Amino acid sequence: MKRIILCLVAIAGMVLPSFAALARDEIRIVGSSTVFPFSTAVAEQFGKKTSFKTPVVEATGSGGGLKLFCAGSGFNTPDITNSSRRIKAGEVERCAKNGVNDIVEIKVGFDGIVMANAKSAEVMFLTKKQIFLALAKVVPVDGKMIENPHKTWKDVDPALPATEIEVLGPPPTSGTRDAFVELAMEGGAKNLPELKALKKSDKKKFKAIAHAIREDGAFVEAGENDNLIVQKLEANPDALGIFGFSFLDQNSDKVQGSFVDGSEPTFDNIASGKYGVSRSLYFYVKKSHVGKVPGIKEFLAEFTSEGAAGAEGYLSDRGLIPLSEKDRIKIRNDGSTLALLRM
Amino acid sequence: MNSYGIEESKNGESQRQKRHRSERNFRRLGLSAILFALSVLVLLLATITLRGYKAFHQHEIALEFDFDPERFDIDPENDPELRNANFNLLVKSAILSTTTDKLNRKERRALFALVSSGASFELRTILLGDLTALGKKSKLSIPLSDDADMLLKGAIPREVPESDRILSDKQISWVDMWLAQGRISRVFNHRFFSNGDSRNPELAGIWGALVGSMWTILITLMLCFPIGVAAAIYLEVFAKKNKLNDFIEVNINNLAAVPSIVFGLLGLAVFLNFFGFPRSAPLVGGMVLALMTLPTVIIAARSSIAAVPPSITEAAMGMGASPLQVVLHHVLPLAMPGVLTGTIIGMARALGETAPLLMIGMVAFIVDVPDGPMTASTVLPVQVYLWADSPERAFVEKTSAAIMVLLVFLILMNLAAVLLRNRFEKRW
Repeated sequence: MKRIILCLVAIAGMVLPSFAALARDEIRIVGSSTVFPFSTAVAEQFGKKTSFKTPVVEATGSGGGLKLFCAGSGFNTPDITNSSRRIKAGEVERCAKNGVNDIVEIKVGFDGIVMANAKSAEVMFLTKKQIFLALAKVVPVDGKMIENPHKTWKDVDPALPATEIEVLGPPPTSGTRDAFVELAMEGGAKNLPELKALKKSDKKKFKAIAHAIREDGAFVEAGENDNLIVQKLEANPDALGIFGFSFLDQNSDKVQGSFVDGSEPTFDNIASGKYGVSRSLYFYVKKSHVGKVPGIKEFLAEFTSEGAAGAEGYLSDRGLIPLSEKDRIKIRNDGSTLALLRM
Repeated sequence: MNSYGIEESKNGESQRQKRHRSERNFRRLGLSAILFALSVLVLLLATITLRGYKAFHQHEIALEFDFDPERFDIDPENDPELRNANFNLLVKSAILSTTTDKLNRKERRALFALVSSGASFELRTILLGDLTALGKKSKLSIPLSDDADMLLKGAIPREVPESDRILSDKQISWVDMWLAQGRISRVFNHRFFSNGDSRNPELAGIWGALVGSMWTILITLMLCFPIGVAAAIYLEVFAKKNKLNDFIEVNINNLAAVPSIVFGLLGLAVFLNFFGFPRSAPLVGGMVLALMTLPTVIIAARSSIAAVPPSITEAAMGMGASPLQVVLHHVLPLAMPGVLTGTIIGMARALGETAPLLMIGMVAFIVDVPDGPMTASTVLPVQVYLWADSPERAFVEKTSAAIMVLLVFLILMNLAAVLLRNRFEKRW
């Protein structure tokens, strides 16, 4: 008994002095789980290439990351936050209120959101309008807004197969879901004459309708794990899944992307903007930490370098769709001069 | 009367049979419940093992490297310059020398993608460790990329059309060429047990998470064992029966049932925001998990202290021992096996937790292996979660392998507890 106590005291004695080492010498990054695979790849490369410590990257979601980022300018707050959408005006305000006035915005590249099904099934040719009609909570039928009555894809459009509508997608906390709703659903709603009129008269109501996904079982929230969705699609050829392009890229022997508005989700189509359901990825840097936390400037240089975010950089191997060459040069320039965010 | 008696005994016989039958049924039910649980466990372990065992070996390719100082333009006396030398070029020229084909830029890129992108850093480490290698030619083995490794392990099917595969026909033919040249060898995956996390599956290792888990559990144990035992002794032996102590007791029992994420929020608010401890540190993780396991330890310790026969306490008192002596010399040693069992159950739960660690930043990508309780680190279950969520196919087997490591860690911990308990166990 005594020996155990002595042992514990000895270990406590060893541990407590290291309290003194509270200063931070590694970059802390938080934010979007979509940018996470790219941010971590750069962090690892940066840590190996340079003599700086490898940055610590946390996946907190875009909103969660910006909340932490804007909590203050002290060194217990992160230096960088990743985001799969642009920072909102409200978030900039909150940042400013907490003393974070100097934000540098870096656009990283694009990410496509795909609707895919198993290889054993037929490729789907969809339009945004059909996606909206299949997945929205309320849809206009004969001039009236009613609960979505469509059971099969054929109900949506006679040209589509008579399989039941079953779509596996991310939960509302996910940035992928936000982007899907905004780009595909809202994009489809705009093309319906009834809703087009509504958009002009009552924008708020239009958004509420366009962003509401049906809850009667046709849309299944499959969690944040995209690997799981791919597995489920393999088991069920009738189902469609919604996830990021990098998962389609890695699993091209198991699943195939559906055409949206006539274009296939391929690397080139997303890069050229031909494939409509894609979004920009960003990260935000606290300028006040540059020079105080070692390596931030060098990290920006690595992330924006041609070898990383370029057309043939290692991030494109991981499924990031690079910006156009002109944009890349501009962003690299912004990164090195630490140009401040302008909304 | 007689006939009545016979009737009664007949009735009794059928009732006896009925009772025996129901007992047999109950036993069968119990046995089948155990069999069911066992078969599910076996199924689980078998799936994990079948998926994960391949991660313990990997494929390497042997290449001839020409460490000619002129070729990569460095000064051997000056380390920083050696660090920045172009090892990538060295790797690329070594890969190119294996084939006689003339390759265009795109084909070269495809060829280089078959070898791990970490190869140049491994070469650098080798050369920095042994400067005499400079100026010589040497044959070294470097890991293949995850895709090539998956092909050789059979996880990327060869028979599907080229467009549906991650590797092109050309790339597969290069791998086959290396196989024919005898360059490729299957070796034990030592990187898995010595590296931290990586985005390249062939370089990713469990060591960082394992060390993080050890630090976290150590802190948890150091905090919750002494505090928990002290609290249990006080409540069981010294505390008077009054309203305040009843209130404390009810609260401890309630705390044992609080969802773990709540402790994470508490840790975020108190340890990080108020005391300003660093994020992602095993110290904070250990403190949060200690708060979570304390009630379990206290409850287990109390019940095993209460189970010590009063005759022993009374005998010690009768011999003139003070209450403190009674507790430290007699009650606690006898209660120790039960206390240890409670502690180990709490520790096992703490080892498997991710939810409270999410709030304090331990669910993170961390490459460097932590060197103390204050450096950022992650833990085993978090590593499992992060790998399960990664798009690269090679992480599937890594995930299962990490689960196996976690289970072995858990079994070792339980084994230690059983051995300790047997040492302390006294029968009377």
